[in-house]
Amino acid sequence: MKPFSYQRATSPAEAAAAAARVEGAKFVAGGTNLLDLMKLQIETPQHLIDVNGIGMDRIEPIPEGGLRVGALVRNTDLAADQRVRRDYAVLSRALLAGANQQLRNQATTAGNLLQRTRCPYFYDTNQPCNKRKPGSGCSAIGGYSRQLAVVGVSDACIATHPSDMAVAMRVLDAAVETVGADGGTRSIPIADFHRLPGDTPQIETTLRPGELITAVTLPKPVGGTHLYRKVRDRASFAFALISVAAIVQRDGSGRVALGGVAHKPWRVEAAEQELPRGAKAVASKLLANATPTDHNAYKLPLVERTLGSVLAEAKG
Amino acid sequence: MKFDRPATTNPIDQLRVIGQPVDRVDGPLKTTGVARYAYEHHDAAPNAAYGYVVGSAIAKGRIASIDLAAVKAAPGVLAIVTAENAGTFGKGDRNTARLLGGPQIEHYHQAVALVVADSFEQARAAAELLRVNYAPETGAFDLNAVKGDAKPAKVMSDPGDTAVGDFASAFAAAPVKIDETYTTPDESHAMMEPHASIAAWDGDRLTLWTSNQMIAWGVGDLAKTLNMPKDNIRLLSPYIGGGFGSKLFLRTDAVLAALGARAAGRPVKVTLQRALLFNNTTHRPATIQRIRIGAAKDGKITAIGHESWSGDLPDGDPEAAVSQTRLLYAGPNRMTATRLAVLDLPEGNAMRAPGEASGMMALEVAIDEIAEKLGLDPVEFRIRNDTQTVPDVSAKPGDKAAPAMPFSQRQLVECFRTGAEKFGWSKRSARPGAVRDGRWLVGMGAAAAFRNNILTKSAARVRLEQDGKVVVETDMTDIGTGSYTIIAQTAAEMIGVPLQRVSVRLGDSRFPVSAGSGGQWGGNNSTAGVYAACVKLRDAIAGKIGFNSAEADFVDGSVRAGNRSVPLADAVRGGSLQAEDGIEYGDISKKAQQSTFGAHFVEVGVDAATAEIRVRRMLAVCAAGRILNPKTARSQVIGAMTMGVGAALMEELVVDDKIGFFVNHDLAGYEVPVHADIPHQDVIFLDETDPMSSPMKAKGVAELGICGVAGAVANAVYNATGIRVRDYPVTLEKLIDRMPPVG
Repeated sequence: MKPFSYQRATSPAEAAAAAARVEGAKFVAGGTNLLDLMKLQIETPQHLIDVNGIGMDRIEPIPEGGLRVGALVRNTDLAADQRVRRDYAVLSRALLAGANQQLRNQATTAGNLLQRTRCPYFYDTNQPCNKRKPGSGCSAIGGYSRQLAVVGVSDACIATHPSDMAVAMRVLDAAVETVGADGGTRSIPIADFHRLPGDTPQIETTLRPGELITAVTLPKPVGGTHLYRKVRDRASFAFALISVAAIVQRDGSGRVALGGVAHKPWRVEAAEQELPRGAKAVASKLLANATPTDHNAYKLPLVERTLGSVLAEAKG
Repeated sequence: MKFDRPATTNPIDQLRVIGQPVDRVDGPLKTTGVARYAYEHHDAAPNAAYGYVVGSAIAKGRIASIDLAAVKAAPGVLAIVTAENAGTFGKGDRNTARLLGGPQIEHYHQAVALVVADSFEQARAAAELLRVNYAPETGAFDLNAVKGDAKPAKVMSDPGDTAVGDFASAFAAAPVKIDETYTTPDESHAMMEPHASIAAWDGDRLTLWTSNQMIAWGVGDLAKTLNMPKDNIRLLSPYIGGGFGSKLFLRTDAVLAALGARAAGRPVKVTLQRALLFNNTTHRPATIQRIRIGAAKDGKITAIGHESWSGDLPDGDPEAAVSQTRLLYAGPNRMTATRLAVLDLPEGNAMRAPGEASGMMALEVAIDEIAEKLGLDPVEFRIRNDTQTVPDVSAKPGDKAAPAMPFSQRQLVECFRTGAEKFGWSKRSARPGAVRDGRWLVGMGAAAAFRNNILTKSAARVRLEQDGKVVVETDMTDIGTGSYTIIAQTAAEMIGVPLQRVSVRLGDSRFPVSAGSGGQWGGNNSTAGVYAACVKLRDAIAGKIGFNSAEADFVDGSVRAGNRSVPLADAVRGGSLQAEDGIEYGDISKKAQQSTFGAHFVEVGVDAATAEIRVRRMLAVCAAGRILNPKTARSQVIGAMTMGVGAALMEELVVDDKIGFFVNHDLAGYEVPVHADIPHQDVIFLDETDPMSSPMKAKGVAELGICGVAGAVANAVYNATGIRVRDYPVTLEKLIDRMPPVG
């Protein structure tokens, strides 16, 4: 860990302004990911801006009929919220499938969206990694890639995004609200929030320098059956090999997003047109341009089979 | 005390304290945080500086140059230890690779430097400034690729290869046979407490608080490494947060703490950061195992062959994966072979039940495969091929002409019969893939458990204090096993005092040398050593108060014979009484084969869609001599069963054979079972005493519990799905293409 300076923010706008002002600054909220990465010298911020204690910790209804989830709402509280459990059950289920109780007590909504990958080579600073050290190369390509991405990959990076929550938010068409360094606010559709790796895998979101997430809004409830199925080697406290978030309506229409297959929560709206034709049709559209490795080719049949199981469960 | 004839009736047989499921005497100390672990002796070394270990970034090669300038200039830095500046230092007898590398690098994350600073954070920050230029060399990292170059290798003191009868002809002629190859991956101990040490010098004398299973080995190898007299080293390891074999030997933390403290001129504490545990220390080596079994139509084995390949650094040892096959099942024609290849991965060495744990993973699946070909129930097949004498006479050199050697105790059949009844084995469908419970395909599997019982000398000192307390001192260790408790029970039984009056002190090289903890030999041998010392103390007590100790009973704080009863206190009116003795074994282990037996039963569910495997319930039935404390023994066995589930379903150090290291070197990447993976476990101990094992009539049980578990899980997965996986761990991608259609 490199020595760093630290400040407590007094307001979201002030935090964003400070982040733009100080080079190498990072926000810290729950710290469940950032502090680990700092100890391993994977993240080396010069300056930490602690955004705890400046509000942004409520879940409130919005006039259009959805919910506004403050950036600092803890994962435990979000998963347990009665409105979330009733109207956005896929989100509650995804949250509870992630991490463990202690981590969920600490981890925040915004922090969860900004988790870094769990690619093992990203975690070993002796090894080349374009995400950790741009231009150094990718050890995972041709290395151990069982957990890694099968769609949307690039020659620079095949890492996955590890969040469960983000997959549910993607299927819910959530939007990320921010405040910028200039005090301006904007709302970023979750679909546009995470990026594919391309040539710049170190840039993982469309946030601008200094821009601070203030909330995530969930649009008006869409009804349907909400399911989240996370497939993993052990029963708890493991990252997804793949996961499926689904909202299925009585008429068989619905939405589907995948976790554990790409650099971002993976949703292909066109694939959802295939839902009446079943899992095989949906999966083949979702994974149309998949380029798996020998180690992770199993994810393709696994997605299709898990999707089949989820759709069967939704039918009841 | 020499133990060379079977034990007769002795005070332990009273079972007033021994055999009772008493709580661990060290439990409150641990749950309240009072027990100090290796890194926590702030009281003894209050001004300790912090050392941070830098591991090699390459797997093989040389350090071309090393630049310490930026490190030296960093805040708080007190010293930097490298091979270049550490003076002459050697290597312990039990270490394969050196514990401080340079200029030659033998494996990834081999220590290349220790940075010592005032605070841990300063040491870590400074360590990151170290610049090492490496000249890498190519190495061998893929066992399968070098299998053809593997050489015959001995298995400890036993031969690596054995042959009885005419295996080749009998196998060729067998009407029913299997010939399959199984693989087990490299595994990590992944214990809770990482390796940690605090070193303090007083002139040329060194005190080391550490976490080590074998105190005397640690002292010996540290003395050899530092080129100093053993007598100048005091090593203390009173509490150990798990070892599983990873702390049998001197490791980097101890050597570098000592070198760092010498360089810094003050005490230094070093713990291996978690990321180093996987590549810096030892691991259970991967194996490739070929098993051939031929059987007659009546279900009797006529030929059994087991070959194993593993790799290690030059001058390392093989994984003894064929050992149990020499002893477990009958059959007139047999062969085993052990082959060792050179690999430049980190050092392979003992992990809980080395040899059998890996060997049984393969053998117990092979046994199911041949049983199925014969159309026999796999439990029935195992019972039919039981033997009461050692089947592989060549396994014992020099005994070839000797008559068949019996087992001291062997209740394998009883374990299977008891377990089958309790577990409801008769409800198992012989046809795989036939049972469904909602989204789960359900299957049952069984496997034998087998592990040898090792006799090794062990000494202790026992003192009756004037306040009535009995103090036991031995360098035995408690690695979470319950040593404190069973030793206290032994002394309480022997001296006739309540358990609360016994105070046990362990893990100090100033105490008499014990068996230590490893190879499931600790429980029986260390208590037998305490027994011997207690016999001597009873003599001393009896002498003081005019009794013949052979005729006296030590009960309820008194010594009694005939109608005379004298309080123990009378014996120590003039001062405390102390006795020291140990147990030493003659050739009793050559008169009968001492082994422990068991049967594992497992029920799994396999998700019909995803092929995720979840254990539903487990049962182990164990026959392992007298159970000194059913509560701590049960804890050992369920822990071992849990570890077996890890081996079966998730544990694998993944080798990147380009870089030459274990990739998944943290606890997020190296998964071990969590609570949710282990819903229900039962353990049954069969009533058994083994007079050949020691005056305690006990044997080891802690490693028996893991042997066979993974085979039982794999067999249950097969029973659930009809899919046979021969490469561990059994993970979903090995099943997914052969699973039935969804829906």
